[in-house]
Amino acid sequence: MRPYSQRRPGRDSLGPAQLPVLALLLVGFAMVAYPLFWIMMSSLKTSDEISLSMWSLPRVPQWRNYANAWKFGISGYFVNSLVVTLTTIAGVIALASLCAYGLSRFRTRWTRSALVFVMGGMMLNPQVCLIPLYGLLTRLGIRNGYLAMIIPYIAFRLPLNTLLIRSFFLAIPKEIEESAIIDGCTSFQAYGRIFMPMSRPILFTSAILIAYYAWNEFLFAIIFIDSNKYRTIPAGLMSFRDALQVDWGPLIAGMAISALPLILFFIAAQKQFIRGMTAGSVKG
Amino acid sequence: MRRNNVRAAAEPLLFIMPCILVLGAFVYYPLVQNLAFSFFRFSAFSPEKVFVGFGNYANLFLDKTVGTALRNNARYAVISVLCQVCFGLVLAAILEDRSFRRVGQLFRTTFFLPVVISISVICLLFGFIYRPMDGLLNGFLELVGLGSLARPWLGSSKTAIFATIAVSQWQSTGYVMMLFIVAIQKIPEELYEAAEIDGASKLRRFFVITLPQVREMFFVTSVITVTGSVMVFNEPYILTQGGGPGTSSITIAVHMYQSGFFKDMMGYASTLAVLIFGISAALAVLQLRSFRTGEE
Repeated sequence: MRPYSQRRPGRDSLGPAQLPVLALLLVGFAMVAYPLFWIMMSSLKTSDEISLSMWSLPRVPQWRNYANAWKFGISGYFVNSLVVTLTTIAGVIALASLCAYGLSRFRTRWTRSALVFVMGGMMLNPQVCLIPLYGLLTRLGIRNGYLAMIIPYIAFRLPLNTLLIRSFFLAIPKEIEESAIIDGCTSFQAYGRIFMPMSRPILFTSAILIAYYAWNEFLFAIIFIDSNKYRTIPAGLMSFRDALQVDWGPLIAGMAISALPLILFFIAAQKQFIRGMTAGSVKG
Repeated sequence: MRRNNVRAAAEPLLFIMPCILVLGAFVYYPLVQNLAFSFFRFSAFSPEKVFVGFGNYANLFLDKTVGTALRNNARYAVISVLCQVCFGLVLAAILEDRSFRRVGQLFRTTFFLPVVISISVICLLFGFIYRPMDGLLNGFLELVGLGSLARPWLGSSKTAIFATIAVSQWQSTGYVMMLFIVAIQKIPEELYEAAEIDGASKLRRFFVITLPQVREMFFVTSVITVTGSVMVFNEPYILTQGGGPGTSSITIAVHMYQSGFFKDMMGYASTLAVLIFGISAALAVLQLRSFRTGEE
């Protein structure tokens, strides 16, 4: 059967009746797209141009804004964000998939309580733990370093991703695992050689969700980190702003550099990205 | 034989324990500790803690900023539900309508773009948009002849909170829209065909088919949005330098941060954290319950 939309060609196209709605959509489009376009445009202007002729295109594209932003510190923040994001992804995927395997393949009293424990974690938000975490990380001697972000990020991403991966593991037929065990596989080998490779789609979804969180996280990144050396992009941009004052060109170029990786990633892997973000249903 | 039993019992633990330990140490332990802290008065820089019983809780009622903050959080919640959930649903329904399918993709991608941009980039961007003299918003108002409406959006205690709330709407409406698009795509096409044969108009089809079918998602997105509104921190922290002018745009999370890390009243800040926890936990229970009804 052909899709409904193809059977009635005449009623599917945009007619005059749809014009008012289309006009409203275009207004919304402009409200979202223009500010983003403005960032790209202003990142190539001098500070005077940004302030005095805000609507015009750059007279001479100031590519050195990008070079300056990179030199004045964005490069360091960028590397920090990369280190923190990749480590967080690896940590969450490893711990969450191990736990998901245990929760989905063994049914004991322990695993049932563990499942409740993990689900309960979904209810807790980072702000509630902020002050004790600050003290805890200080006592452990890891505050103001990569681990001060990585460990809390991993901990707070575990509940959701464990549940996501577990629901995928539950759908893998038991026979596959049983025949592997008969062939002499230990359950750890079954996890590593069968479950993980079979679960690539959900692991990718999880990785996107985690990357989105770790790349953009702000609260922990400004409170647990004092030194500029370890700041990630979202926190680094704040000190960048304070340092540059009215030198807006490099600041806006820095904003563009911070936003571009995820935008490009989103456009390249839109389907998986949206699947991940909607599977999570967790904002911020 | 017995050894085998022990091994069989220990095996699942080997898989589960690393995750449970990290959760316990860095999520649950701080949570419990925070509750304990809320009964003490202490500073970040000295190990000495003074037990004050419910003193901090009593102060919640004396502290005028708590009222201001809660009112701002409530404004956040109401506006976010109206704009993100209600408007997001309408947007999703329009873009999923057959007439708009061809152009839908472009709008969908664009409306979703702000979601993937870091909140600090967005707040810096709106800092430029709201600038009183050479900001985009006032510039635009003058351009279209509404110059009399121009004002220092973030500098006035009347508009600061609403200007801050607008930023969140700009960023998150696309996200809620996408959740609704996913929900609408799951509605069987036959329902719409049957209604169309019965001669139901598009508006009517929206109310009798789309709306009841996405009821579940409507509830989930409302809870997510309200929970997000309880925890708002980044926007007032960055845009209005921590809730200014004065405390006019402060939220409960910003108040907690300032009480703890500026005024060094760690115990009182923990009490504010308990308040946030209480509200968001109640909302989370609502959400979990909705998931359960969804399965049945």
